[in-house]
Formats: sequence, C-alpha cells, structure tokens
Amino acid sequence: MIRAYALLLWLAATLLPLGAAQAADPRLVPDVSNRAIDIQYSFTGEELLLFGAILYPGQRLPDDRADIVVVLKGPVRPIVLREKQRVAGIWVNASSIRLRTSPGFYAIGSSRPIDELVDERTAAIFELGLRNLSMSPTGFSQAKKLERFENGLIDLYRRLGLFYEDPSAVEIREGVLYRARIPVPARVPVGNYRAETYLISKGRVIAVASRDVEIRKAGFERFVALAAQRHGFLYGLSAVLLSLTFGYGASAIFRRR
Amino acid sequence: MDLYLPVANLSVNALVIILLGGGVGLLSGMFGVGGGFLTTPLLIFYGIPPTVAAASAATQVTGASVSGTLAYLERDGVDLRMGTVLVAGGLIGSLVGAGLFELLTAWGQIDTVISILYVVLLGSVGTIMGREAWASLRAMRAGMPPPPRKRRHHPMVANLPLRWRFYRSGLYISPLAPLLLGMGVGVLTMLLGVGGGFIMVPAMVYLLGMGTQVVVGTSLFQILFVTIATTMVHSMTTGAVDIVLAGLLLLGSVIGAQVGARFAQSVRPEYLRLLLAGIVLLVALRMGVDLFIRPEEIYTVQ
Repeated sequence: MIRAYALLLWLAATLLPLGAAQAADPRLVPDVSNRAIDIQYSFTGEELLLFGAILYPGQRLPDDRADIVVVLKGPVRPIVLREKQRVAGIWVNASSIRLRTSPGFYAIGSSRPIDELVDERTAAIFELGLRNLSMSPTGFSQAKKLERFENGLIDLYRRLGLFYEDPSAVEIREGVLYRARIPVPARVPVGNYRAETYLISKGRVIAVASRDVEIRKAGFERFVALAAQRHGFLYGLSAVLLSLTFGYGASAIFRRR
Repeated sequence: MDLYLPVANLSVNALVIILLGGGVGLLSGMFGVGGGFLTTPLLIFYGIPPTVAAASAATQVTGASVSGTLAYLERDGVDLRMGTVLVAGGLIGSLVGAGLFELLTAWGQIDTVISILYVVLLGSVGTIMGREAWASLRAMRAGMPPPPRKRRHHPMVANLPLRWRFYRSGLYISPLAPLLLGMGVGVLTMLLGVGGGFIMVPAMVYLLGMGTQVVVGTSLFQILFVTIATTMVHSMTTGAVDIVLAGLLLLGSVIGAQVGARFAQSVRPEYLRLLLAGIVLLVALRMGVDLFIRPEEIYTVQ
C-alpha cells in the first residue's frame, strides 16, 4: 500500500510540472476533411482539407502573430533514381542512385514562406520543405551529383503533383482557426499518410500535432490490385479468359448478322 | 470519362483507350495482324508505363487473334504440327524474355532496348513490305502478272540436323528451325507486347518456305498461344497486366477488327499492304526520332 502511494506521489510530482508547462504553451487541435481516401474507378484526384484550431492558454492571443505549417507526407520507400544522358547520340539511362527513404508523396503548405519562418537548421530538423527531405542515399556519391539527382527528383515529382509546395496555402482566421487545401493527384501511391501541423512563432516550433490519413484502393480496384499482386496465376488466367471471351464473342455476334 | 487503372496506378480517359483499341482493331481486321506493334507504342505515348503497356497489349492481342485462328482451323488452314513446334519455341522464348526483362529492368535499360528493337524491326519489316507492295502495284499497272515468288527454304535451314515432315506446309525440314523462330518471336512478345505476326509471316515465307495457304493460319495459331503464355508469365513475374486497360482495349479492338475485315474485302490487297507499310514506318520513325531528341524526362524513378 505504502509503495503504491509512493508511486502515485512520484507520478504526480513528475507529471505536474510537465502539465503546467503544457498549459503555458499553446496547443493544436488538428483534423482532416477525410481520414481515408478511397481510390475507385472514377478517381481523378482529390483535395484534402487540413484544418484545426490553435488553443492558447487562458484563451489569450499572443501579441505577435504565430504561423502554421501543414505537411502531408506519404509512405517512404526505397527507389532507384536514374538519369538519362546522351551516349553515342541516343539518350539512355547512364547513371543512377539509390534512395532508401524517398516519400512517394509530400505536400507542404504554410501561411508564409518557410525561410521566413524558421532558420535552415530548424527546417532541416523538422524536414520542412522539399529541399529538407532526408532520403537516405546509399553508397558513396559526390555531394554535387547527389544534389543534381535530388533536384531532378523534386522537379519530376513536382510536375506529377506528387511533391507540392505552397507558401500561402494556410489561411489563419482571427489567430485561432486555420485551414489549408492540399491537392492529391490521381497517381498518388497508396498507404498510410501523416498530416502534420506545426505552430511556429519567433523562429521556434512551439507545437506539433498530427493526424493519420489512409489512402487506399477500394472496391473493385482494390480487388484487382490485390489479385494482381498475390494471385498472379489466377489473375493471368482471368485476363486470358476475358480476352478469349471478347474475341470469340465479337466474332460470334458479327457472324450471326 | 475518366477511369482509374488499378495496376498502372493512374487514371485515363476510357473513351480514348477504347478508340485507340478500335483504331488498332480496324487495322488488324484489315491486314490480318494482331496490332500489338501499334498498341504498345501508342499506350506509351499516352503515358502508360512501358511494362504495363507491353503486358496489357499482349493480352489484347489474344482477343484479336482468337476469332481468326478459329476461322482458319475450320478451313483447315493451320499446320498443326508446325504450329505446335512454333508454340513450344514460343513458350521457351517467353520464359527467356521474362529473364531478359528482369535483367534489363535491373540495369535500367529496358526502355531503350524496347525502343531500339521497335525501330529496327518495324523499320526493316516496313521497308520490305512497302517495296514489295510497290513492285506488285507497278506490275499491276503495267498489266503484267505479279512477279512469281520462289518457294524454297533458306540454305541455313537446310543445314540443320534432324528432319521432320510437315505435310500441310509441304516441307521436310528440321524442327529446330521453327523452334528457334518461335523462340525469337516469343522473346519479342514478352518484351514488346507484340504478337509478332509481322515477323512471323515473312519468316515463314522466306526462311522456312512454307506453303502460303497455311502461313497466316499457322501464324495466328502461334500468336494466340504465345500471347496467352505471355499474359500468364507477365502476371506471375512483373505483375504488370492491367485487366481494366486490357478490357478497354479489347472492347474497342474486337469491334474495330470486324469492321476492318469487312472493309478489307472491298479494297485491293496491294493498296492495303502499302498502307500498312506506311503506318509501320511512321511508328518506327517516331520511335527512332525519340531516341535522338532530348527526352522530356531526364530522371525516372523505379
């Protein structure tokens, strides 16, 4: 018994100051418009709304304006990035690097440009901005080559809509409510996404909160994609049967006429 | 009408794909070719990943060749013995092709190899076909009978060991020749998503010296079975067959093929062959030029 009381006392002693500190810092209550995005037959992309409230202790707004950064980040995966060069007149893949943790999707929106909000070091620590993604290149390669490849990847993914950066995406209303629209393109990879919100004031990240978002294929599309992955034989057989039926069916119909 | 392709992982305009299938089907009905050599490049131009394009085009060729094969079988226009040897070669070829596919993908050279193969094959076949059609057209205009074809197999074929009789083809040659031919075409089916009729038919005529009455039927027979095998091998290795994409292509192509077959009966075959040669050369030219100009995407992710 005495032991249990001692434990409680200890817990209270350790937790209370923490609680007090938390109470002094503002808190974020984030949410997303859609916790699970279903990819189905007519999916041509979607717009995800990231929104929420900033709760200041005592409901008192600070004197200087705080900024919000939202990040939607997809699952990371290892990739091989190839670069075409002209060899003997024709363009072929001549050089490549491996990146162990390349996100298949990354979107960042903020209320002001990132470089006005935090210094480079902070941006790198929190991976804020396309240039600050840590993609873990493997093997030895020169910094120059690495930079060239990273720029290539960013440019490619940007045009595919898989990387997105908008320094005016976040709108803050009366200092407490924020919202940002993030476009999700049709070729988005499936998986578990994280929608992160950062509250930044005076160059410091003062609150972080996140929400999980799942992007998945649903219904028939899910069934087909799973079948293609897991039951190659049966999937192939159905594809063959489909084409045989089509071919035979059409000739049978046209012959009868 | 946008439709999401579950294996290709992107959405396409379904109508465009059906029309594309229809156009290719029209040509295949007119010329008696599978049309895979057009489907794959067109799908790649449209933005479908090359692997998915090749795999799904092979599936579509199955549908395009089934009714033709049945028709020729009914009319006894297939040398079954020759067909079986060709199919056996084709099966080996598609497995070899699968290995090559994996190797080239790992090296990152699959796209370049596909393009170069297309340029070389289509370029040479188109040139031969065009020249021949032109020559017979000129002979026709001059009122002369078309130059007779000499029917003999290539000396290389005659030197192979082991001889079998192929009665329907009127041949007494080594089965190794059609086996190797089938293998080569099987590799191409796997890599390029083509049925290979545009190579098979000239090879049967000029290399093996087969009787013309069974050439097209036997070629269709081989294409049917080898594209089936290719679909299976792709499904079990690359997993790149997109059944929705294949379905859309089929929908267009089977209808187009019937229309094309009707149209073909009212046009002289020499004009048709000249037209086909022109289309084949255009595709080859486009792919060839693409090799030399700076590609839109320097970087690709795998």
